Amino acid sequence: MSKEIKSSVPADREVIVGILNDSKTTLNQLYKSYFPMVLQFVLNNNGNEDDAKDIFQESVIVLYSKVKSGGFELNSKLKTFIYSVCRRLWLKRLNQKSRNIHGELLDLENLESVEQDLAYHEEKDAQFRQMEKALLQLGEPCKTIIEDYYMQNRSMQDISEKFGYTNADNAKTQKYKCLQRLKKLFFQV
Amino acid sequence: MKSEIELLNLIEAYLKGELSSEEHAAFEKLRNDDPSIDHRVVEHQNFINTITEYGQRKQLIADMEAAYQHLDIEEIKANVLPVSVKIRTLFRKYRFNTAIAATVALVTVFATLLSTGYFSKTITNNYSALRRDINNIKRSQNELIKGINDIPDKGPVNPGEFGGTGFALSSNGYVITNYHVVKDADSVYVQNSDGESFKVKQIYVDPAYDIAVLQIVDSRFKSLAALPYTFKKSGSDLGEDVYTIGFPRDDRVVNRGYLSSLTGYAGDTIAYQVDISVNPGNSGGPLLDTKGNVVGIINAKQTQTEGAAFAIKSNYILQSIGAIPQDSLDTKLTINKKNSMSGLSRTDQIKKMESYIFMVKVY
Repeated sequence: MSKEIKSSVPADREVIVGILNDSKTTLNQLYKSYFPMVLQFVLNNNGNEDDAKDIFQESVIVLYSKVKSGGFELNSKLKTFIYSVCRRLWLKRLNQKSRNIHGELLDLENLESVEQDLAYHEEKDAQFRQMEKALLQLGEPCKTIIEDYYMQNRSMQDISEKFGYTNADNAKTQKYKCLQRLKKLFFQV
Repeated sequence: MKSEIELLNLIEAYLKGELSSEEHAAFEKLRNDDPSIDHRVVEHQNFINTITEYGQRKQLIADMEAAYQHLDIEEIKANVLPVSVKIRTLFRKYRFNTAIAATVALVTVFATLLSTGYFSKTITNNYSALRRDINNIKRSQNELIKGINDIPDKGPVNPGEFGGTGFALSSNGYVITNYHVVKDADSVYVQNSDGESFKVKQIYVDPAYDIAVLQIVDSRFKSLAALPYTFKKSGSDLGEDVYTIGFPRDDRVVNRGYLSSLTGYAGDTIAYQVDISVNPGNSGGPLLDTKGNVVGIINAKQTQTEGAAFAIKSNYILQSIGAIPQDSLDTKLTINKKNSMSGLSRTDQIKKMESYIFMVKVY
């Protein structure tokens, strides 16, 4: 009934090294190798391609955070991991939309238990949304200062030049105030 | 305020490893000595982690969007879409057309069945109501009665299409029989033991209990004497001896038997099962006990079972008669309450009753 998906699959170990190095090639490979499987699964279970895209994205995030925290052990295939995560995520979404009338999914691959990873992911996901909201409320120029300093890892010198502060100390004071406000917003939400 | 900023800068420098080794050692000591500073360090570190994780994830999402754009979704979709999904898509597209077509088909089928009378024929096959199809008999005996049927002034000579039995409810001309006997009738006559026919009209039918009440409207009819029998109000007992008088042919026939069950066909509680031999034409006949009480009205028998006839219970008959609106009647219908046959032998009872039992002829 379902066709076998043929594509070159990179060795799992290579992928993990690539993830640790934030390699864009690895990410492209992940998409090329595993997205068709997820698309097939979602299409077979009352979803469309946008659903598949969201689900797959979320599963990659789960994979990245697991690999980066050093918790990914190659005791199972990467494919199985991604499939299991996607399956769980999709089941949850179906239940929310109550579109899953039969309460059964048409399975295409083997499964493994990903409960813990997903619980961890949900926690992180909540944090992510909270931070997103807090940064949005923070407004400019604070948002950019924080992003430049903490995410892009730019030096205070660069930042003070970019924003036209007379010296790095003024920029530091500004950054301090921004950070305090962000903290307040983040924990208050 | 100033010191707060300095402390934070110090913590950041410490976390980033920008401090010189002496400064680092000094800060470590400060952290060890002052738990509140230690607490601040951990708290700050966590918060910075959250921010960097947020940044990483945002970056990852952007990268993924880019990677997704590289894919040829349509092609992948065509490759992975299994046949069943294609069928499902087709089904989704055409399900309304299919539903309408199916509805039309169903309506057609039922309309055809209805118009050909399929549903009205579904009476259980092995249950036969005991009215007599006189035409059959007429045909087989036509030659025998030819030439002798010129009885003048006694109503129609045609024996009718169907026949059954009825008996008087009251002396002023009310007769009870089965609903199925007079159903779909053009006109109904009753014929007494002397062979006189009287025209009757249906004044009440109760299809649920299979009961019809007729009234003799013929001018030649004279009131009967007081009825010798009465309806038994209470239920009867199993095994009780009963008999019936009816017209399974053109003359009275008496059959006897006993109550064999307190429920009728398929557990019907309004009827008794009676072990009695009855035939088409017995329908509507009274079922009497040894004292001359009417305990029921014969209405049917089971065709594939020996000795299983059915009679509607007298209390249901009374109930049904009680439901007749008295205002709609020309003359009052009073049910006789006095039984004058209880001490008589069966032959005397039959003799006394004969003028109250009628053959019902249906045209």
